[in-house]
Amino acid sequence: MIRDPKDLKRYDAGERANHWVVGISFILLALSGLAFFHPAFFPLTQLFGGGTWARILHPYIGVFMAFFFVLLFLRFRKLNKMTDADREWLSRAKEMMDGNDHNMPEQGKYNGGQKMMFWWMTICMVAMTVSGVFIWKAQFTVPIDLARIGAVVHAVVGAIMIAMIMVHVYAAIWTKGTIRAMWYGTVTRAWAKQHHRAWYRQMTGK
Amino acid sequence: MALQSLDIKQRSATTTPSPQARQTMEIAKLIDVSACIGCKACQVACMEWNDVRDEVGSCHGIYDNPVDLTENSWTVMRYAEVEEQGKLEWLIRKDGCMHCSDPGCLKACPSPGAIIQYANGIVDFNQENCIGCGYCVTGCPFNVPRISKKDSKAYKCTLCSDRVAVNQAPACAKACPTGAIQFGSKEDMKDYAAKRITDLKERGYDKAGLYDPAGVGGTHVMYVLHHADKPNLYSGLPANPSISSLVTMWKGATKPLAALALAGVALGSLFHYVMKGPNEGSKEIEKEIEKEDAQ
Repeated sequence: MIRDPKDLKRYDAGERANHWVVGISFILLALSGLAFFHPAFFPLTQLFGGGTWARILHPYIGVFMAFFFVLLFLRFRKLNKMTDADREWLSRAKEMMDGNDHNMPEQGKYNGGQKMMFWWMTICMVAMTVSGVFIWKAQFTVPIDLARIGAVVHAVVGAIMIAMIMVHVYAAIWTKGTIRAMWYGTVTRAWAKQHHRAWYRQMTGK
Repeated sequence: MALQSLDIKQRSATTTPSPQARQTMEIAKLIDVSACIGCKACQVACMEWNDVRDEVGSCHGIYDNPVDLTENSWTVMRYAEVEEQGKLEWLIRKDGCMHCSDPGCLKACPSPGAIIQYANGIVDFNQENCIGCGYCVTGCPFNVPRISKKDSKAYKCTLCSDRVAVNQAPACAKACPTGAIQFGSKEDMKDYAAKRITDLKERGYDKAGLYDPAGVGGTHVMYVLHHADKPNLYSGLPANPSISSLVTMWKGATKPLAALALAGVALGSLFHYVMKGPNEGSKEIEKEIEKEDAQ
Protein backbone atom coordinates (compact mmCIF):
# COMPACT_ATOMS: atom_id res chain seq x y z
CA MET A 1 0.00 0.00 0.00
CA ILE A 2 1.47 3.34 -0.98
CA ARG A 3 0.47 6.47 0.90
CA ASP A 4 2.38 9.36 -0.58
CA PRO A 5 4.50 8.07 -3.44
CA LYS A 6 7.15 10.61 -2.52
CA ASP A 7 7.53 9.26 1.04
CA LEU A 8 10.93 7.83 1.71
CA LYS A 9 11.44 4.13 2.31
CA ARG A 10 13.28 3.69 5.60
CA TYR A 11 12.80 -0.02 6.27
CA ASP A 12 11.92 -2.91 4.00
CA ALA A 13 9.52 -5.65 5.08
CA GLY A 14 12.29 -7.99 6.21
CA GLU A 15 13.85 -5.36 8.43
CA ARG A 16 10.51 -4.46 9.97
CA ALA A 17 9.58 -8.08 10.64
CA ASN A 18 12.98 -8.72 12.14
CA HIS A 19 12.63 -5.73 14.45
CA TRP A 20 9.16 -6.83 15.57
CA VAL A 21 10.28 -10.38 16.29
CA VAL A 22 13.08 -9.03 18.47
CA GLY A 23 10.77 -6.46 20.05
CA ILE A 24 8.04 -8.94 20.97
CA SER A 25 10.61 -11.37 22.36
CA PHE A 26 12.11 -8.56 24.38
CA ILE A 27 8.78 -7.61 25.93
CA LEU A 28 8.07 -11.22 26.87
CA LEU A 29 11.56 -11.57 28.31
CA ALA A 30 11.34 -8.33 30.26
CA LEU A 31 7.97 -9.24 31.77
CA SER A 32 9.00 -12.74 32.79
CA GLY A 33 12.47 -11.60 33.84
CA LEU A 34 11.15 -8.86 36.09
CA ALA A 35 8.94 -11.46 37.76
CA PHE A 36 12.05 -13.34 38.92
CA PHE A 37 13.88 -10.15 39.72
CA HIS A 38 11.69 -8.60 42.40
CA PRO A 39 8.76 -10.04 44.37
CA ALA A 40 6.70 -6.97 43.46
CA PHE A 41 6.73 -8.14 39.84
CA PHE A 42 6.14 -11.85 40.55
CA PRO A 43 2.43 -11.65 39.56
CA LEU A 44 3.66 -11.06 35.98
CA THR A 45 4.31 -14.81 35.82
CA GLN A 46 0.52 -15.20 35.50
CA LEU A 47 0.83 -13.84 31.96
CA PHE A 48 2.84 -16.92 31.11
CA GLY A 49 0.69 -19.51 32.86
CA GLY A 50 2.34 -19.34 36.28
CA GLY A 51 5.81 -19.30 37.81
CA THR A 52 6.92 -22.66 36.50
CA TRP A 53 5.84 -21.90 32.94
CA ALA A 54 7.54 -18.51 33.08
CA ARG A 55 10.72 -20.24 34.28
CA ILE A 56 10.50 -22.83 31.48
CA LEU A 57 9.71 -20.36 28.68
CA HIS A 58 12.02 -17.45 29.55
CA PRO A 59 15.31 -19.04 28.43
CA TYR A 60 13.85 -20.43 25.20
CA ILE A 61 12.48 -17.01 24.29
CA GLY A 62 15.95 -15.70 25.14
CA VAL A 63 17.65 -18.05 22.68
CA PHE A 64 15.05 -17.15 20.05
CA MET A 65 15.66 -13.44 20.59
CA ALA A 66 19.44 -13.83 20.55
CA PHE A 67 19.21 -15.53 17.15
CA PHE A 68 17.03 -12.82 15.66
CA PHE A 69 19.13 -10.10 17.27
CA VAL A 70 22.15 -11.46 15.41
CA LEU A 71 20.22 -11.04 12.15
CA LEU A 72 19.23 -7.52 13.14
CA PHE A 73 22.83 -6.78 14.05
CA LEU A 74 24.06 -8.00 10.67
CA ARG A 75 21.45 -5.92 8.86
CA PHE A 76 22.26 -2.67 10.61
CA ARG A 77 25.86 -2.81 11.77
CA LYS A 78 27.31 -0.91 8.79
CA LEU A 79 24.80 1.89 9.19
CA ASN A 80 25.80 2.34 12.82
CA LYS A 81 29.49 3.21 12.42
CA MET A 82 30.24 6.17 14.67
CA THR A 83 31.50 9.33 12.96
CA ASP A 84 32.67 12.75 14.12
CA ALA A 85 29.25 14.20 13.35
CA ASP A 86 27.74 11.59 15.68
CA ARG A 87 30.12 12.57 18.45
CA GLU A 88 29.20 16.18 17.99
CA TRP A 89 25.52 15.27 18.05
CA LEU A 90 26.06 13.41 21.32
CA SER A 91 27.87 16.35 22.88
CA ARG A 92 24.80 18.47 22.06
CA ALA A 93 22.25 15.85 23.09
CA LYS A 94 21.11 17.98 26.00
CA GLU A 95 19.97 20.77 23.66
CA MET A 96 18.10 18.18 21.66
CA MET A 97 16.34 16.91 24.76
CA ASP A 98 15.39 20.45 25.65
CA GLY A 99 13.55 20.54 22.36
CA ASN A 100 15.98 22.67 20.38
CA ASP A 101 17.42 20.92 17.33
CA HIS A 102 18.65 24.03 15.52
CA ASN A 103 22.31 23.53 16.40
CA MET A 104 22.34 19.81 15.86
CA PRO A 105 24.79 18.64 13.18
CA GLU A 106 23.40 16.90 10.09
CA GLN A 107 22.74 13.22 10.70
CA GLY A 108 22.73 10.26 8.36
CA LYS A 109 20.21 7.44 8.63
CA TYR A 110 20.94 7.23 12.34
CA ASN A 111 21.99 9.88 14.80
CA GLY A 112 24.67 9.48 17.47
CA GLY A 113 22.13 8.50 20.12
CA GLN A 114 20.62 5.78 17.99
CA LYS A 115 24.06 4.42 17.22
CA MET A 116 25.00 4.36 20.88
CA MET A 117 21.77 2.48 21.54
CA PHE A 118 22.69 -0.02 18.85
CA TRP A 119 26.14 -0.75 20.23
CA TRP A 120 25.07 -0.83 23.88
CA MET A 121 22.23 -3.17 22.96
CA THR A 122 24.69 -5.44 21.22
CA ILE A 123 26.97 -5.51 24.26
CA CYS A 124 24.01 -6.16 26.54
CA MET A 125 22.71 -8.96 24.34
CA VAL A 126 26.07 -10.72 24.46
CA ALA A 127 26.21 -10.32 28.25
CA MET A 128 22.62 -11.51 28.66
CA THR A 129 23.08 -14.54 26.44
CA VAL A 130 26.30 -15.70 28.08
CA SER A 131 25.13 -15.05 31.65
CA GLY A 132 21.78 -16.61 30.79
CA VAL A 133 23.48 -19.84 29.79
CA PHE A 134 25.26 -19.85 33.17
CA ILE A 135 21.97 -19.73 35.07
CA TRP A 136 19.90 -22.00 32.84
CA LYS A 137 19.79 -24.84 35.34
CA ALA A 138 17.48 -26.99 33.27
CA GLN A 139 20.02 -27.21 30.43
CA PHE A 140 23.47 -26.41 31.76
CA THR A 141 25.47 -27.08 34.89
CA VAL A 142 28.32 -24.69 35.49
CA PRO A 143 30.61 -24.19 38.52
CA ILE A 144 28.71 -22.47 41.30
CA ASP A 145 30.79 -19.27 41.18
CA LEU A 146 30.05 -18.90 37.49
CA ALA A 147 26.34 -19.37 38.20
CA ARG A 148 26.53 -16.65 40.87
CA ILE A 149 28.35 -14.25 38.56
CA GLY A 150 25.82 -15.12 35.88
CA ALA A 151 22.93 -14.30 38.20
CA VAL A 152 24.32 -10.87 39.09
CA VAL A 153 25.26 -9.97 35.52
CA HIS A 154 21.90 -11.16 34.17
CA ALA A 155 20.00 -9.09 36.73
CA VAL A 156 22.06 -5.92 36.37
CA VAL A 157 22.35 -5.99 32.58
CA GLY A 158 18.69 -6.96 32.28
CA ALA A 159 17.67 -3.89 34.25
CA ILE A 160 19.96 -1.70 32.12
CA MET A 161 18.47 -3.15 28.96
CA ILE A 162 14.91 -2.52 30.08
CA ALA A 163 15.83 1.07 30.93
CA MET A 164 17.47 1.54 27.52
CA ILE A 165 14.50 0.08 25.69
CA MET A 166 12.20 2.43 27.56
CA VAL A 167 14.35 5.29 26.28
CA HIS A 168 14.31 3.75 22.78
CA VAL A 169 10.52 3.48 22.79
CA TYR A 170 10.07 6.93 24.29
CA ALA A 171 12.34 8.51 21.68
CA ALA A 172 10.12 7.04 18.98
CA ILE A 173 6.97 8.33 20.65
CA TRP A 174 8.54 11.71 21.34
CA THR A 175 9.67 12.28 17.76
CA LYS A 176 6.44 12.56 15.82
CA GLY A 177 6.24 10.73 12.52
CA THR A 178 8.70 8.04 13.59
CA ILE A 179 6.55 5.10 14.59
CA ARG A 180 5.13 4.64 11.09
CA ALA A 181 8.64 3.65 9.96
CA MET A 182 8.39 0.66 12.27
CA TRP A 183 4.85 -0.22 11.11
CA TYR A 184 5.02 0.18 7.36
CA GLY A 185 8.50 1.37 6.59
CA THR A 186 8.09 4.88 5.20
CA VAL A 187 8.62 8.38 6.54
CA THR A 188 7.75 11.74 5.07
CA ARG A 189 10.42 13.76 3.34
CA ALA A 190 9.90 16.56 5.83
CA TRP A 191 10.60 14.15 8.69
CA ALA A 192 13.78 12.95 7.04
CA LYS A 193 14.95 16.47 6.24
CA GLN A 194 14.32 17.58 9.80
CA HIS A 195 15.88 14.68 11.70
CA HIS A 196 18.27 12.94 9.31
CA ARG A 197 19.24 15.54 6.75
CA ALA A 198 22.29 13.75 5.38
CA TRP A 199 20.17 10.65 4.78
CA TYR A 200 17.50 12.87 3.17
CA ARG A 201 20.08 14.28 0.77
CA GLN A 202 21.34 10.82 -0.02
CA MET A 203 17.79 9.55 -0.70
CA THR A 204 16.57 12.53 -2.70
CA GLY A 205 19.77 13.84 -4.19
CA LYS A 206 18.93 17.32 -2.92
CA MET B 1 5.44 -28.13 53.53
CA ALA B 2 3.87 -25.19 55.22
CA LEU B 3 2.55 -26.27 58.59
CA GLN B 4 -0.12 -24.41 60.43
CA SER B 5 1.28 -25.35 63.80
CA LEU B 6 4.63 -23.73 63.09
CA ASP B 7 5.01 -20.01 62.78
CA ILE B 8 7.05 -18.45 60.03
CA LYS B 9 10.02 -16.20 60.51
CA GLN B 10 10.89 -15.57 56.89
CA ARG B 11 9.28 -16.41 53.58
CA SER B 12 11.00 -16.26 50.19
CA ALA B 13 10.23 -13.35 47.82
CA THR B 14 7.96 -11.73 50.38
CA THR B 15 8.40 -8.17 51.56
CA THR B 16 5.80 -8.06 54.32
CA PRO B 17 5.94 -9.80 57.73
CA SER B 18 4.80 -13.40 57.98
CA PRO B 19 2.46 -14.69 60.71
CA GLN B 20 4.46 -14.89 63.89
CA ALA B 21 2.14 -14.78 66.87
CA ARG B 22 3.17 -18.13 68.31
CA GLN B 23 6.22 -18.19 70.52
CA THR B 24 8.16 -21.26 69.59
CA MET B 25 11.51 -22.33 70.88
CA GLU B 26 14.53 -22.44 68.61
CA ILE B 27 15.46 -26.04 67.98
CA ALA B 28 18.59 -27.73 66.69
CA LYS B 29 19.95 -31.08 65.67
CA LEU B 30 23.37 -31.87 67.04
CA ILE B 31 25.52 -34.35 65.15
CA ASP B 32 28.34 -35.65 67.29
CA VAL B 33 30.81 -36.78 64.66
CA SER B 34 33.00 -38.37 67.33
CA ALA B 35 30.19 -40.76 68.27
CA CYS B 36 29.17 -41.71 64.74
CA ILE B 37 29.93 -45.27 63.64
CA GLY B 38 28.82 -44.75 60.04
CA CYS B 39 26.00 -47.30 60.10
CA LYS B 40 23.73 -45.20 57.84
CA ALA B 41 20.67 -45.89 59.96
CA CYS B 42 19.96 -42.15 59.65
CA GLN B 43 19.95 -42.38 55.85
CA VAL B 44 17.55 -45.29 55.98
CA ALA B 45 15.28 -43.60 58.51
CA CYS B 46 15.20 -40.47 56.35
CA MET B 47 14.13 -42.50 53.32
CA GLU B 48 11.53 -44.36 55.36
CA TRP B 49 9.94 -41.37 57.02
CA ASN B 50 9.95 -39.12 53.98
CA ASP B 51 9.04 -41.84 51.47
CA VAL B 52 11.97 -41.13 49.20
CA ARG B 53 13.87 -43.90 47.44
CA ASP B 54 17.05 -43.24 45.53
CA GLU B 55 18.15 -45.36 42.63
CA VAL B 56 20.36 -48.29 43.55
CA GLY B 57 23.75 -46.90 42.61
CA SER B 58 27.07 -48.58 41.99
CA CYS B 59 30.15 -48.91 44.16
CA HIS B 60 32.61 -46.05 43.73
CA GLY B 61 35.33 -47.66 45.84
CA ILE B 62 34.32 -45.69 48.91
CA TYR B 63 31.69 -46.13 51.56
CA ASP B 64 29.68 -43.08 50.51
CA ASN B 65 26.47 -44.37 48.99
CA PRO B 66 25.02 -42.55 47.19
CA VAL B 67 28.14 -40.50 46.52
CA ASP B 68 26.28 -37.22 46.76
CA LEU B 69 23.06 -35.70 47.99
CA THR B 70 20.22 -36.08 45.50
CA GLU B 71 16.57 -35.11 45.32
CA ASN B 72 15.85 -38.50 46.92
CA SER B 73 18.76 -38.64 49.36
CA TRP B 74 18.38 -35.70 51.67
CA THR B 75 21.16 -36.89 53.93
CA VAL B 76 24.34 -38.75 53.02
CA MET B 77 27.15 -40.09 55.17
CA ARG B 78 30.51 -38.86 53.97
CA TYR B 79 33.56 -40.90 54.93
CA ALA B 80 36.97 -39.24 54.99
CA GLU B 81 40.21 -41.04 55.76
CA VAL B 82 42.73 -38.53 57.07
CA GLU B 83 46.02 -38.68 58.91
CA GLU B 84 46.21 -36.48 61.96
CA GLN B 85 49.31 -36.50 64.20
CA GLY B 86 50.54 -39.67 62.57
CA LYS B 87 47.31 -41.54 63.19
CA LEU B 88 44.79 -42.65 60.64
CA GLU B 89 41.37 -41.24 61.40
CA TRP B 90 38.09 -42.13 59.84
CA LEU B 91 35.95 -39.03 59.95
CA ILE B 92 32.32 -39.74 59.16
CA ARG B 93 30.04 -36.80 58.67
CA LYS B 94 26.32 -36.89 58.10
CA ASP B 95 25.85 -34.29 55.37
CA GLY B 96 22.61 -32.47 54.63
CA CYS B 97 20.88 -29.14 55.06
CA MET B 98 22.33 -27.05 57.90
CA HIS B 99 19.15 -25.00 58.40
CA CYS B 100 21.03 -21.68 58.54
CA SER B 101 19.65 -18.75 60.50
CA ASP B 102 20.51 -16.65 57.47
CA PRO B 103 19.55 -19.03 54.64
CA GLY B 104 21.13 -18.29 51.25
CA CYS B 105 18.53 -20.43 49.49
CA LEU B 106 15.66 -18.38 50.88
CA LYS B 107 17.42 -15.15 50.02
CA ALA B 108 17.90 -16.22 46.41
CA CYS B 109 14.44 -17.76 45.84
CA PRO B 110 12.21 -15.65 43.53
CA SER B 111 8.97 -17.52 44.22
CA PRO B 112 6.86 -16.27 47.13
CA GLY B 113 6.57 -18.89 49.83
CA ALA B 114 8.57 -21.60 48.08
CA ILE B 115 11.12 -21.44 50.88
CA ILE B 116 10.11 -20.70 54.44
CA GLN B 117 11.99 -20.44 57.66
CA TYR B 118 9.92 -21.39 60.67
CA ALA B 119 10.28 -19.53 63.92
CA ASN B 120 11.93 -22.64 65.38
CA GLY B 121 14.74 -22.32 62.83
CA ILE B 122 13.81 -25.01 60.31
CA VAL B 123 14.26 -23.95 56.69
CA ASP B 124 11.77 -25.79 54.57
CA PHE B 125 11.06 -26.02 50.85
CA ASN B 126 7.44 -25.87 49.82
CA GLN B 127 7.53 -27.74 46.52
CA GLU B 128 4.02 -26.61 45.57
CA ASN B 129 5.34 -23.07 45.19
CA CYS B 130 8.71 -24.05 43.70
CA ILE B 131 9.15 -23.02 40.07
CA GLY B 132 12.33 -25.03 39.55
CA CYS B 133 14.70 -22.17 38.69
CA GLY B 134 17.55 -23.49 40.85
CA TYR B 135 18.32 -20.12 42.44
CA CYS B 136 18.37 -21.88 45.85
CA VAL B 137 21.32 -23.93 44.61
CA THR B 138 23.06 -20.69 43.63
CA GLY B 139 22.35 -19.18 47.05
CA CYS B 140 23.31 -22.10 49.30
CA PRO B 141 26.80 -21.89 50.87
CA PHE B 142 26.75 -25.64 51.66
CA ASN B 143 25.75 -27.02 48.22
CA VAL B 144 22.68 -28.78 49.56
CA PRO B 145 19.53 -28.28 47.44
CA ARG B 146 18.98 -30.64 44.52
CA ILE B 147 16.61 -30.19 41.60
CA SER B 148 14.63 -33.29 40.76
CA LYS B 149 15.01 -34.58 37.23
CA LYS B 150 11.46 -35.90 37.44
CA ASP B 151 9.52 -32.81 38.46
CA SER B 152 12.15 -29.99 38.38
CA LYS B 153 11.37 -29.07 42.00
CA ALA B 154 14.05 -28.46 44.63
CA TYR B 155 14.40 -30.91 47.51
CA LYS B 156 16.47 -31.16 50.67
CA CYS B 157 16.29 -32.17 54.33
CA THR B 158 13.18 -30.77 56.02
CA LEU B 159 14.57 -31.48 59.49
CA CYS B 160 11.38 -33.53 59.61
CA SER B 161 9.35 -30.36 60.10
CA ASP B 162 6.21 -32.51 60.08
CA ARG B 163 7.52 -34.57 63.02
CA VAL B 164 8.90 -31.58 64.87
CA ALA B 165 5.52 -29.84 64.57
CA VAL B 166 4.03 -32.61 66.71
CA ASN B 167 6.91 -32.75 69.17
CA GLN B 168 8.75 -35.66 67.63
CA ALA B 169 12.47 -35.78 66.97
CA PRO B 170 13.57 -36.03 63.31
CA ALA B 171 13.62 -39.56 61.93
CA CYS B 172 17.42 -39.68 61.72
CA ALA B 173 17.82 -38.71 65.38
CA LYS B 174 15.26 -41.32 66.36
CA ALA B 175 17.09 -44.05 64.47
CA CYS B 176 20.67 -43.29 65.52
CA PRO B 177 21.90 -46.23 67.62
CA THR B 178 24.83 -44.44 69.27
CA GLY B 179 23.20 -41.17 70.22
CA ALA B 180 25.42 -39.34 67.73
CA ILE B 181 22.33 -37.41 66.55
CA GLN B 182 20.71 -35.42 69.32
CA PHE B 183 17.70 -33.20 68.98
CA GLY B 184 16.22 -30.53 71.25
CA SER B 185 16.24 -26.84 71.88
CA LYS B 186 19.25 -25.05 70.47
CA GLU B 187 20.28 -24.07 74.01
CA ASP B 188 20.13 -27.67 75.22
CA MET B 189 22.08 -28.85 72.23
CA LYS B 190 24.81 -26.32 72.90
CA ASP B 191 24.99 -27.47 76.53
CA TYR B 192 25.15 -31.07 75.44
CA ALA B 193 27.87 -30.23 72.94
CA ALA B 194 29.89 -28.43 75.59
CA LYS B 195 29.94 -31.62 77.68
CA ARG B 196 31.00 -33.71 74.71
CA ILE B 197 33.73 -31.23 73.87
CA THR B 198 35.09 -31.31 77.42
CA ASP B 199 35.16 -35.08 77.22
CA LEU B 200 36.94 -35.04 73.86
CA LYS B 201 39.50 -32.57 75.10
CA GLU B 202 40.26 -34.84 78.05
CA ARG B 203 40.89 -37.64 75.58
CA GLY B 204 43.52 -35.64 73.73
CA TYR B 205 41.46 -33.85 71.09
CA ASP B 206 42.39 -30.38 72.29
CA LYS B 207 40.93 -28.74 69.20
CA ALA B 208 37.51 -30.32 69.66
CA GLY B 209 34.69 -27.86 69.27
CA LEU B 210 31.20 -27.01 68.11
CA TYR B 211 30.44 -26.19 64.49
CA ASP B 212 27.75 -23.49 64.51
CA PRO B 213 29.15 -21.08 61.91
CA ALA B 214 28.51 -17.41 62.62
CA GLY B 215 28.86 -16.45 58.93
CA VAL B 216 25.34 -17.75 58.29
CA GLY B 217 24.00 -16.55 61.65
CA GLY B 218 24.51 -19.97 63.22
CA THR B 219 22.82 -23.16 62.07
CA HIS B 220 20.09 -25.45 63.33
CA VAL B 221 22.14 -28.48 62.46
CA MET B 222 25.38 -28.36 64.40
CA TYR B 223 28.36 -30.68 64.58
CA VAL B 224 30.66 -31.68 67.39
CA LEU B 225 34.01 -32.04 65.64
CA HIS B 226 37.21 -33.49 67.09
CA HIS B 227 39.14 -31.11 64.86
CA ALA B 228 37.00 -28.00 64.97
CA ASP B 229 40.01 -25.98 63.76
CA LYS B 230 39.96 -27.90 60.47
CA PRO B 231 36.36 -28.50 59.39
CA ASN B 232 37.65 -29.11 55.88
CA LEU B 233 38.93 -32.51 56.97
CA TYR B 234 35.32 -33.63 57.20
CA SER B 235 34.74 -34.08 53.47
CA GLY B 236 35.07 -30.38 52.74
CA LEU B 237 32.88 -28.87 55.44
CA PRO B 238 33.47 -25.13 54.85
CA ALA B 239 35.49 -23.37 57.56
CA ASN B 240 33.74 -20.00 57.31
CA PRO B 241 30.58 -20.40 55.30
CA SER B 242 28.58 -17.33 54.44
CA ILE B 243 26.23 -16.26 51.69
CA SER B 244 28.38 -15.35 48.68
CA SER B 245 28.80 -11.60 48.27
CA LEU B 246 27.62 -12.06 44.68
CA VAL B 247 24.32 -13.46 45.93
CA THR B 248 24.04 -10.62 48.44
CA MET B 249 24.63 -8.12 45.65
CA TRP B 250 22.16 -9.81 43.36
CA LYS B 251 19.40 -10.12 45.92
CA GLY B 252 20.34 -7.15 48.08
CA ALA B 253 21.05 -3.70 46.69
CA THR B 254 20.43 -4.52 43.02
CA LYS B 255 16.72 -5.25 43.45
CA PRO B 256 15.47 -1.99 44.96
CA LEU B 257 18.02 0.17 43.11
CA ALA B 258 17.16 -1.26 39.71
CA ALA B 259 13.42 -1.15 40.40
CA LEU B 260 13.78 2.52 41.34
CA ALA B 261 15.94 3.27 38.32
CA LEU B 262 13.37 1.70 35.99
CA ALA B 263 10.55 3.63 37.60
CA GLY B 264 12.73 6.76 37.24
CA VAL B 265 13.27 6.22 33.52
CA ALA B 266 9.57 5.54 32.90
CA LEU B 267 8.39 8.55 34.87
CA GLY B 268 11.26 10.69 33.56
CA SER B 269 10.15 9.98 29.99
CA LEU B 270 6.54 10.76 30.79
CA PHE B 271 7.37 14.05 32.46
CA HIS B 272 9.81 14.95 29.73
CA TYR B 273 6.94 14.66 27.26
CA VAL B 274 4.61 16.63 29.48
CA MET B 275 7.08 19.39 30.28
CA LYS B 276 9.14 19.73 27.08
CA GLY B 277 6.49 18.66 24.63
CA PRO B 278 6.83 16.31 21.67
CA ASN B 279 9.46 16.70 19.01
CA GLU B 280 7.00 17.64 16.28
CA GLY B 281 7.59 18.02 12.58
CA SER B 282 8.67 21.49 11.62
CA LYS B 283 6.02 23.43 9.65
CA GLU B 284 8.82 25.37 7.99
CA ILE B 285 10.39 22.26 6.50
CA GLU B 286 7.00 20.92 5.45
CA LYS B 287 6.37 24.17 3.58
CA GLU B 288 9.79 24.00 1.92
CA ILE B 289 8.99 20.57 0.61
CA GLU B 290 5.52 21.61 -0.56
CA LYS B 291 7.13 24.49 -2.40
CA GLU B 292 9.65 22.15 -4.08
CA ASP B 293 6.78 19.89 -5.15
CA ALA B 294 4.85 22.81 -6.63
CA GLN B 295 7.75 23.80 -8.84
